[in-house]
Amino acid sequence: MKKLLFFFLTLVGFAACIQTPEKRTLPILGERDISPAGDTVYPTVPDFAFVDQDSQVVTNATFRDQIYVVDFFFIHCPTICPKVKKNGLRIYEKYKNDNRIALLSHSIDTKNDTVAALRRHAQKLGIDSKRWHLVTGSKDAIYGIADNYFSVAVEDPDAPGGFDHSGRLILVDKNRHVRSFCDGTDAKDVDRFMKDIDLLLAEQ
Amino acid sequence: MPTSQFRLFLLFFISLFFLSRCEPNPYREGERLYKTNCANCHMDNGEGLGALIPPLAGADFLEKNREALPCILRYGLQDTILVNGKTYAEAMPGVQALSDIHITNILNYVNQAWGNSHKPYRLEEVQQMLARCRK
Ligand code: HEC
Repeated sequence: MKKLLFFFLTLVGFAACIQTPEKRTLPILGERDISPAGDTVYPTVPDFAFVDQDSQVVTNATFRDQIYVVDFFFIHCPTICPKVKKNGLRIYEKYKNDNRIALLSHSIDTKNDTVAALRRHAQKLGIDSKRWHLVTGSKDAIYGIADNYFSVAVEDPDAPGGFDHSGRLILVDKNRHVRSFCDGTDAKDVDRFMKDIDLLLAEQ
Repeated sequence: MPTSQFRLFLLFFISLFFLSRCEPNPYREGERLYKTNCANCHMDNGEGLGALIPPLAGADFLEKNREALPCILRYGLQDTILVNGKTYAEAMPGVQALSDIHITNILNYVNQAWGNSHKPYRLEEVQQMLARCRK
């Protein structure tokens, strides 16, 4: 009898596994709150204003009606950045003709990565500034917003290149909610992330 | 009923079979060092990144600058260089922590990886080249 029950449970377990991918919707990430009125409040990306490689101001409004992919980097990064950029380029190439999505990379080396340096960097990557913004801004603002994207960005003289940061790629929906992320240095994890992007595009 | 001796014998042949299937990789150390010190920029498959980081796979630079490579690995390179007809001008930081042996192993891995087939380096040769680096 026990054996039968076990068998049955296993079967249910498998069925659950098979069903989830089809109906899967991406969760809203981060800790939710309850407002005084009793509604569930999800964490949102706060207002921001940065400057991109074309000296254009980039704000939340830039991504009105768009979902976007975020990361943190710096040009003279001796460690993970090129790998993250390579995977970012895969995402860029796949969606570059799709106006529903854009990319936003924040430089955490606000001293060296000037607008001119960012422009040169963008040219060498061969990217279109309307689809992929490389931005700089005040150090506090950039380091502050990293928290909202669940990313790490700190100045650390002991870290290679002088900065410590996570190589995460983060997916944000039209309502300023973070919906997915991946390890930008890991091509396989990025494959999964790109499926999440498709899922979000289908939802919105 | 197989005797224990027979079983031992069988085990021996099975292990032999599996051992012979494992291709010995003479560049394992070089590959490991490459992954930790170089792959972040030049990528696991040696293709580099756009116009920022030159490729190592199929790069004519390797053959043409054989003498200079050990110094580049140790002290970096900040120059405008031509690789397969394309110009690169970003700086590469050197990895001072690499020993002479490490450098030899990395170069020998790179020299035969991803379809490359360049002459291997001998340790003494690398040491002579390193002694002549312009610092
Ligand atoms: C921080 C990124 C970075 C790292 C790490 C790095 N390189 Fe480079 N490498 C570069 C850049 C950028 C250039 C071009 C330098 C220039 O133009 O002066 C380059 C040039 C080269 C060249 C000559 C050009 C070519 O493509 O043939 C070789 C060889 C090379 N690197 C090998 C290595 C090896 C081996 C390692 C690991 C020990 C390594 N590099 C680590 C960025 C990097």
